[in-house]
Order: sequence, then structure tokens, then C-alpha cells
Amino acid sequence: MEEMKFEEAVSRLEKIVQQLEEGEKSLEGSLKLFEEGIKLSKFCSGKLEEAKKKIEILTKSEKGELAAKPFNLEEEIEKKENNS
Amino acid sequence: MEEPRKIYKVSEINKIAKNLLEEKFPEIWLEGEISNFTLHSSGHLYFSLKDEDAQINAIMYKWQAGQLEFVPENGMKVIAQGKISVFVKGGRYQIIVYGLKPIGIGALQQAFEQLKRKLEREGLFDKARKRPIPMLPQKIGIVTSPTGAAIRDILNIIERRFANVHILIHPVRVQGDRAAGEIAEAIAYVNERFPSLDVLIVGRGGGSLEDLWSFNREIVARAIYNSRIPVISAVGHEVDYTIADFVADLRAPTPSAAAELVVTNKIELEKKILLLTSKIKLSMKHELDELTSQYRRLVDSRIFLHPEELYSQFQQEIDYYLEKITSKCAHFLDFQKERLNSIAGKLNVLSPLNILARGYSITYKLPENEILKSISQVTMKDKVKIKLHRGEIICTVEETDIPVKKESEKRGVKGE
Repeated sequence: MEEMKFEEAVSRLEKIVQQLEEGEKSLEGSLKLFEEGIKLSKFCSGKLEEAKKKIEILTKSEKGELAAKPFNLEEEIEKKENNS
Repeated sequence: MEEPRKIYKVSEINKIAKNLLEEKFPEIWLEGEISNFTLHSSGHLYFSLKDEDAQINAIMYKWQAGQLEFVPENGMKVIAQGKISVFVKGGRYQIIVYGLKPIGIGALQQAFEQLKRKLEREGLFDKARKRPIPMLPQKIGIVTSPTGAAIRDILNIIERRFANVHILIHPVRVQGDRAAGEIAEAIAYVNERFPSLDVLIVGRGGGSLEDLWSFNREIVARAIYNSRIPVISAVGHEVDYTIADFVADLRAPTPSAAAELVVTNKIELEKKILLLTSKIKLSMKHELDELTSQYRRLVDSRIFLHPEELYSQFQQEIDYYLEKITSKCAHFLDFQKERLNSIAGKLNVLSPLNILARGYSITYKLPENEILKSISQVTMKDKVKIKLHRGEIICTVEETDIPVKKESEKRGVKGE
């Protein structure tokens, strides 16, 4: 499941809901689906929490290469005013 | 002393003029309206640029004309970039144009429509090639001005919604002559260096048609088209449509809207996952309830409560047959008994014992137990047995007599 994409997990989860709602499974089948559904739900919620907030801007290093560094709007505006 | 007059040849003076002009005006920007426009079969463009009072001949060679993003038309206001020169053979002075830029709403609109039609024909706007924007973009690239309204609006939204996303800004100019090139380069650059970006927002805040013009440039359109990362265009205000919007995988009406698209999704998704989860729990509960009540119904059914009903029917049947058989047998036995009785009755009539009952007797010679029928069978003193209707008598022969007269007297001795 680690390799799964978020959208794949959601669409699989939707399918499981549909299958369970149709309710034409054996008890074993339903339990299996249910278990998978709960796992997917946890996976999705986990993904939603996963990312960290980070705002970066690409700036030219001395070598002339672009590198990412933290972005600060005020700093950028200040820089611009100093340049002009 | 008279100085000798310098006499020029025509070609000479034209060349001098050419050199002077080219030296003086190696690169100028000239504003004017196009007239007498001709696309020559050689591919070069010939036209005039004019204002209210004057005009100048212009030529644009086909290698530069090929770079044009619009087809010049008579009446179009443009800024031409080029050098002033002289056509030596014709002695006509002219501007050799390197680049043309439409100006004014009319011209820009025309150029816009032209490029739109061209790219549409090429399939750059095809719905089929538009990639889905990931549901949950976590690494978001933004190509815009680091000081513009767009980045401020986007960050505001993200701040307000507590969105934990990773944002990477590629700073570019978003207006002016070099903006389009920078935007296109930036799109290509992040595709190459940061292919893990989930989505790329390309845009700027509102402005005049000229301000937004970079996003109507072919070079930007092609960069968006070639981006492997899905692109959301976010240019100007709701009413502004740019070529970039048509090529992008998704058009956000404004930069704020682009941020909302990316972030709102997340809140919606959280709700959706919760809903789906409660749905599977609910259906599972329903199913279990259903099965439980089904089980209850079965367990409580008559057959489990009164299992004897399963066989009582058969029991009854067996009883019935058993009774039938019994009575049949009884009948049969009765019948046989009767039959036997009648036979026995007949037999009785015939039995010698019955004769004995009437007073007759049977005499046996002993010890042989031989029935005596003639006197010749015995001699004196022989033992004989006389069988009566009831009991027997053992006798000794005292006298024998040949039966001549009273047979009944001579046959044997009568005794009780």
C-alpha cells in the first residue's frame, strides 16, 4: 500500500463502499472488504497529514545555479526596493 | 586654386548613406501602423510603417518573419525593432525589421486570436491531453514574480487554511519584453530539476492587457504544453483569458483561486475520507445486523423450537401402517383358526378315539403293541392292552374262541 497513490486509494475506497452498500457478498467477502477499507481510510488520512509546510524560493547561487532557500515575502519586497 | 570637386557615383553615395544610417541607427524601436503589406513569394515581408504625417519602407526577412507570433495586417499598430538601412540598388532608405510587437487593444486582440487559432489547430488545447490535477498536491511549484500580488494571494490562502504544503517558487518577471522567455524557461527548468512537483501554478496578478501579454506568448504556451508536471494557469482576474489558460491542464480564474483549488481539495478530501469510512462502517454494521437477525429468525423458527415436528408426521404414518398390519394379521389368524377348527372338527368326527367314546375299544398285543384283529394273533396267557375311551386295561388271555355265534361277545372283553 506504500506505493499507492492517494487518488488510487480514494477510488478503491469508493469502490469498496459501493460494493459493501450493494451487499451481495459473503460475510467473509464483506469482512475482507471492510478490513481493506479501514486500512485505506487510515492510509488516506495519514497522507493528508503527511506533508510539512515549507515555502521555498529558487535563488541563484554564486556559481550561477539555482538553489532553493526559505521564502520570505517581506525580504523579497525589501530586496526589490533596494535594487530599484 | 580651385579644389577638385568630388564626384560620387550613385552606388557609392548609396553605400555611404547606407553605412552612415546603419552606424547611426543599428537598433531602434519604431512605432507605426502597417500598410501596403505584402508577403512575397520569397517569404520576406514588405510593408510600410506610417503615422499621421509620414511613412517609411520596411522589410522583414523570412528567417525573422518565421519567428513572428502573429501575421501582420494592414492597419495594425506595431512596434518594430530593427536597423535603418538603404537599399543600394533602389536608393530607397528603409527599416530592416528583426521583430514586431503588436500594440494597442485592437492589435493585441488580433494577435491573440491569431495565435489562439494556430495553437488550437495544432492541438495544444485538446481536452484529451489535459492531465488531471492530483487530488492531494503536496509539492507545489509556482512560477511567478516573488513580489507580485499573485504570490501574496496564494500564500495568504495557504496561511489562512493551515495548509501543510511544500511550495517552491521559481521567481520570474511577469511583464516586460523578457518576461515570456523567463516564464518559459522557468517551466522547463522546474520540470527538469524538480520532477517530483505534483502541480505547477503559473501566473500573475491582474493588470492591463499589455501587462498580461507574456501569458499570451507562444513560447509560454509551448512551455506549458511541454510540461510534464500538470499546470494550473492563474493569470489576472476572472475575466482575463490568456493563451496560457487554454493550454494549461486547468485554468484557475485568479491566483487565489489556484491556491484554493489546491488547498480546499484537502479539506474536502478529509471530509470525503471521513464520509467513506463511516459509510463502510455503516454498511458493515447493516450487514452484520441483517445476518444476526437472519440467524435469530432461523434459530427461533418453529422447526428449531419443535424439532419433533420433523418426524411426528412420519411417526403417525408408521403408527397407521403398524395398526393396519396388526389388524390384517389378526384377521388372517382368525381366519386360519376358524379353518383349523373346522378341519379339526371334521377330523374329530373321523377320529378312532371318537369311536372309543361310543364304547368301542382297541386291543393291542403286548409287548409288540400290535392291534389285534384276529384270534390267531394271540395264544393263551398272552398279555394284551385294551384301550378305552378313557384309560387302558392290561389283561391276560384266559380263553380264546373262534367267533361263530355272538361276535360281539367273542371279540374281546369289555371293561371300563
